[in-house]
Amino acid sequence: MTAAALVQTPLPKPAPEHAGAAAAFVRRAERALDALCGASANPLRQLGAIGFYLFWLITATGIWLYVFFDTSLAGAWASVEHLTHGQGRLGGAMRSLHRYASDAFVAVMAIHALREWALGRFRGHRRFSWITGVAPLWLAFASGVTGYWLVWDELALFVGIGTTEWFGALPGFGPSLVRNFVADGVMSDRFFSLMAFLHIGVPLALLAAMWVHVQRLTRPRTSPARAAQAWTFAALVALSAAMPALSMPPADAARVAPVLPIDWFYLAPYPAITAGHAALVWWTCAALTFALLAAPWIGARRRPAAARVDAANCNGCSRCFADCPYEAIAMAPHPRGRGLVAVVAEHACASCGICVGACPSSTPFRSGERLVTGIDLPGEPIDALRARLESGLAGVIGSGAAAPVVVLGCRHGARVEADGERVLAWSVPCAAMLPPSFVEYALRAGAGGVVVAPCPAEDCEFRFGARWALERFARAREPRLRAGVPAARVRVFEAAREDTTRLRERIDAFVAELSHLPPPALAPARRTRTGDPLHG
Amino acid sequence: MAESAARIGGQVLLYAAFAAFVGVFSVWPAYRHLDPDQALLRLSFKHAGKFATDCRERTAEELARMPPQLRTAQDCQRERSPVRIRVELDGRALYDESFAPAGLRRDGAASGYHRLPIAAGAHVIRVQVNDDVRVSGFNYERQARVDLRPGQVVLVDFIADRGGVVIQ
Repeated sequence: MTAAALVQTPLPKPAPEHAGAAAAFVRRAERALDALCGASANPLRQLGAIGFYLFWLITATGIWLYVFFDTSLAGAWASVEHLTHGQGRLGGAMRSLHRYASDAFVAVMAIHALREWALGRFRGHRRFSWITGVAPLWLAFASGVTGYWLVWDELALFVGIGTTEWFGALPGFGPSLVRNFVADGVMSDRFFSLMAFLHIGVPLALLAAMWVHVQRLTRPRTSPARAAQAWTFAALVALSAAMPALSMPPADAARVAPVLPIDWFYLAPYPAITAGHAALVWWTCAALTFALLAAPWIGARRRPAAARVDAANCNGCSRCFADCPYEAIAMAPHPRGRGLVAVVAEHACASCGICVGACPSSTPFRSGERLVTGIDLPGEPIDALRARLESGLAGVIGSGAAAPVVVLGCRHGARVEADGERVLAWSVPCAAMLPPSFVEYALRAGAGGVVVAPCPAEDCEFRFGARWALERFARAREPRLRAGVPAARVRVFEAAREDTTRLRERIDAFVAELSHLPPPALAPARRTRTGDPLHG
Repeated sequence: MAESAARIGGQVLLYAAFAAFVGVFSVWPAYRHLDPDQALLRLSFKHAGKFATDCRERTAEELARMPPQLRTAQDCQRERSPVRIRVELDGRALYDESFAPAGLRRDGAASGYHRLPIAAGAHVIRVQVNDDVRVSGFNYERQARVDLRPGQVVLVDFIADRGGVVIQ
């Protein structure tokens, strides 16, 4: 069997999770902003975190406004006017920041949802996060609308009447709800107490919903990079200075403003409601909500099997628990009565294999016909990868060719390609599925050099895969690459899916570099009971 | 240095575009719901119509068969009449609608809300209401002369305690 034939038998490759024009557009935009802002400060890669940041900005400015707000029919509008014009520039700036941060919050939420949809990140293990992301949309809308009422200007009256018209279309409410705003003597100070309560209570519910939204993420990113924070804040301050938020004349049931400067981020449905289509707006909202909730099940593919724990080979070290990006692993008492064992929540498992790479039992140096590790992917067991690596290397070396370079890539990153007997290549669901000992094993089994090609850290399909892989190979995270492995024969090239050509060029350069090195001095690969190649 | 300046300049443009997007759509396009020369007539009411059927006197035999605590002399159905409202503006019909009583047994109050943009200026508004199915035509009526400025609101209501139709 030739090496070329061997490398034609790749591991099973599932269909890509994201494809199509929308995904291509998002990825182009992301890469363009990577170049502009740097990947770590790219706002498109941290939209959720920016959402949290905006929430806290809205909260801080909202507290200021609440301190000076008069919750009475006669005093509401006047207190907002005084706050806007009577506190130097501070009050007006606080009000404008509150307003524009709220608008930006909606914009960021919408872009966040569209991005995740375009990239196909709403199915499988991400279903929980997607579904729990629907409630914040409604709660943010309700928070904004109640805020508009508090100003009690002509726009507030329009919003109040529109909202009651809208709810009036629901069974059980009826059109008499509008009378709270149009009939004589119905409105009272109590209304403003209620509105202030709602405008605080609903955002608190929104915060709770946002907290639930990130529950299936390990170390959720709720604070954006400092650069993104600074730029966002500066942009909103500049907008506040250029277009200060101002009130319309005070609300008067006997007068309407024929033209209203609608805030489309929050008040987009109101023209349709005012035009008498309240029921249609409800149906549209219900259909949109249903579509969002049903999306994870529409066109869903069969998920790859979740990671499986072999209790006999799990020593309870908790590395898989620490490295899982989706809170899919918990530690429980070991069935043998001492220590702990990992337990996988199948519904939350992304089948990324990061846990396999974290497991100390995954070292290919362990003896045994079959490599059985503490935690493994049933669809792509680590034993199969070792067997392919061994047979691939044996085939090339047996043919008398020079020691090949082994390339181990991420399936969601750049395509790794075999090149005759020069380069053997395999891809795995995530580069972090590879324990660093695999690199040493490949070198001891005859590889001239090893390239590991994770995605760029900020572009990782599985959140922390690339980061963990980089840290492990940099010997900064367990399991580490052993110190005895010759650094000149190992390269880690971060490569996104668009970087296939560049990755090939770097591999070619590495192959040329290796040809100038003396033959490797590592002892041949030897399997041992403990998995330690030197002291087994 | 030049690359760094270009990147900073690029980010200024990026965040300025975002701020502009937020600023523009927070007020634009403005929504016009009335023409510059229009006023607004709002119709809003909540009123329980008369009972739809007359009460019937129970016979002595009927009363005798009933439990003592339920022996009321009259048998009254709870269903109420729909409320019909007709609005005329300067002698021309502007609106004519009948509102059903609320509730599964149709024993609640009828209510309605409608906004009717009308030309600003002097008008005669005539409002007729029928809240009794046994009456043909209308059993309440009010007429008022109004002079409306653009954007002014005239409210048509029905408040039984204030004599029925209210135009204010």
